[in-house]
Amino acid sequence: MTAIDPTAHLTSEQIEELGRELDAIRDEVIAARGEKDAAYIRKVISVQRKLELASRGVLLFSFFPPAWLLGTAGLSVAKIMDNMEIGHNILHGQWDWMRDPKIHSTTWEWDHVSPSEQWKHSHNELHHTYTNVIGKDNDLGYGIMRVDEDQRWHPFHLGQPLWNFINACFFEYGIAAYDLELGKNLRKRRRKNPEFRARARAVGRKIRKQVLKDYVIHPLLSGPSFLTTLAATFTANLVRNLWTHSVIMCGHFPEGVQVFERRSIKGETRGQWYLRQMMGSANISGSKAMHFMTGNLSHQIEHHLFPDLPSNRYAEVAVKVRALFEKYELEYVTGPLPKQVFSAWHKVFRLSLPNKKPKARTPDREKELLAA
Amino acid sequence: MTSTALRSRAWKLLETVTTPLLPSDYLDLVSPLRAGADLRGRIEAVHPETGDAATVVIRPGRGWRGHTAGQYVRIGVDVDGVRLWRAYSLTSPTDRRDGRVTITVKAIPDGKVSNHLVRRAKPGTLIQLDQATGDFVLPRARPAKVLYLTAGSGITPVMGMLRDTEFNDVVMVHCAPRPQDVIFRSELHDLAADKKLRLTEVHTDTDGKLDIARLDELVPDWAERETWACGPAGLLDAAEEHWTGHGVRERLHTERFRPGIVVAGDGGEVTFSTTGKTVDADGATPLLDIGEEAGVLMPSGCRMGICFGCVTPLRSGAVRDLRTGEITEAEPGVLIQTCVSAAAGPCDIER
Ligand code: FES
Repeated sequence: MTAIDPTAHLTSEQIEELGRELDAIRDEVIAARGEKDAAYIRKVISVQRKLELASRGVLLFSFFPPAWLLGTAGLSVAKIMDNMEIGHNILHGQWDWMRDPKIHSTTWEWDHVSPSEQWKHSHNELHHTYTNVIGKDNDLGYGIMRVDEDQRWHPFHLGQPLWNFINACFFEYGIAAYDLELGKNLRKRRRKNPEFRARARAVGRKIRKQVLKDYVIHPLLSGPSFLTTLAATFTANLVRNLWTHSVIMCGHFPEGVQVFERRSIKGETRGQWYLRQMMGSANISGSKAMHFMTGNLSHQIEHHLFPDLPSNRYAEVAVKVRALFEKYELEYVTGPLPKQVFSAWHKVFRLSLPNKKPKARTPDREKELLAA
Repeated sequence: MTSTALRSRAWKLLETVTTPLLPSDYLDLVSPLRAGADLRGRIEAVHPETGDAATVVIRPGRGWRGHTAGQYVRIGVDVDGVRLWRAYSLTSPTDRRDGRVTITVKAIPDGKVSNHLVRRAKPGTLIQLDQATGDFVLPRARPAKVLYLTAGSGITPVMGMLRDTEFNDVVMVHCAPRPQDVIFRSELHDLAADKKLRLTEVHTDTDGKLDIARLDELVPDWAERETWACGPAGLLDAAEEHWTGHGVRERLHTERFRPGIVVAGDGGEVTFSTTGKTVDADGATPLLDIGEEAGVLMPSGCRMGICFGCVTPLRSGAVRDLRTGEITEAEPGVLIQTCVSAAAGPCDIER
């Protein structure tokens, strides 16, 4: 928790006015949404599928090193596209307006071990509603890390750089466990809860299918290239995991991003909700290719303000949003990928060590921090 | 193992290869019209018929089962990126050699799909198709005398019949505002010249609306004719009354255009069709709240329009987006976010 509230200079009227201005930006995009946007997502999906097919095809000859390199690179990119620009955004309902049942949040399944149904709940509903609220938004530290000075330090936290690195390597499994709220559910004797068990079974099924495809079927199809294809798929999954983890760390962890108390969101108005999204997110600056490969999550701030706007619109929205940040004298946290990744990791390391106990703390907050 | 069992095994294996997608997702990339794919069609040409009507030539996918003259087909077209479904009569004969079919579309004022098809549709575009359907068709046994009574674009299913089956004695009475508004006019005149058809055109701009009593004078033996009538509701209502009045109602076959005009109001009666509950709703309360108050199990999440955890099919009627004021009308496949939608008139929510 930051000692100084960076929004203290705003009156409540100003905050509501800010909310109205943001609504107007949203309405504008919605009114302009159309054929070009639809063509965009269809194109991206078709390129992804062709790239994946081609890469898997090349990997049939992966005993030949250049083929291995090419196929692995292609498959990594295909998997990143599937998860980020396509899966994440479709599952947000960004393309539901097209009324194409094949490109719809209710029918889409992605190349990821977390079934989309569960991910939609923990991500769209919990994370996006309670962005950066300690104790409510599990994305904050994924339940394994200390992300704020105010959180009580425990010797366990000494290892958090390592936990974070392991989480990065197996990120999709981390997400699946996190969607299941595994920690909480295993700890508190909720293991027997039929609802939890059903969800765990669904994850189990999805993992089986994914593993079977990547580590059994495709290598077998490659015949003499069995081992090299296996290694290639493993590498592609690793690359995808490290990449998505980095991008996602940049969204809410870099220095300058605020976290909030549970109490502060009671009776939150639309304007205040918007403001919390603005202060709780961070962007990555860079080229068009960079934005594309992050699934436009480089525009994390815009995405958190308008999670259901088509991702290809975030770049133009960002210009207007940034102007509002300036107008209301708020800090727009952004920077190139290496800088933001460094900043996030730096925080992970810093908070792995105990800090001086902060002075002012409400009793309410004390309880939350203990619970978190 | 039987060959079907083998094939289904092979298919299962293929599904494992493509998981989480389906093999068809990849096949659609190269061959969207193949057998076994979801039924689609490709627009191959658009020919103008009149100032505001055009014939669309469609190559249907391999799964197309053909049609009977007089039937219609529902097509799903992407207009401004949004998939919209409409029904159009098939105007091609059933035995067209090249396997293509045609629909003929008249652009109606504010009609999103009809205007798109008539003025903007491009050859090469894929559209979604349903199988042909409808019972406004000719009978197996050939009637001796036939009357076609049509108005405006009501001529389209009848044109399908005319092109498909020849009869010895056919009369057509067709109404359109002006001569140049008569769709298929030159073809009709050719048929008339070949004595295959006796044609009466009623030009309503100059002659006024057709008074059904005038039939006695236009087609004296109308009551003996097996009649197919298609056009606006006014004409069909009058015809039904007329035929019934003369005790020959069974000779009249009518086809009505979709009446589904939704009047968007403020609030209305909401039906939750799965649970069978009906309640009154105002125009400002989210349907999610309305449903929960009525004891209907409604899926929900953020309750503020961001998580899409509450999407539910809208079966009929219209709703208003409480954030933008935008009206959404029910169409097949339309889902709404109940937490930010309120009733805009009577509606039916599938819960
Ligand atoms: S409940 Fe989240 S969008 Fe409706």
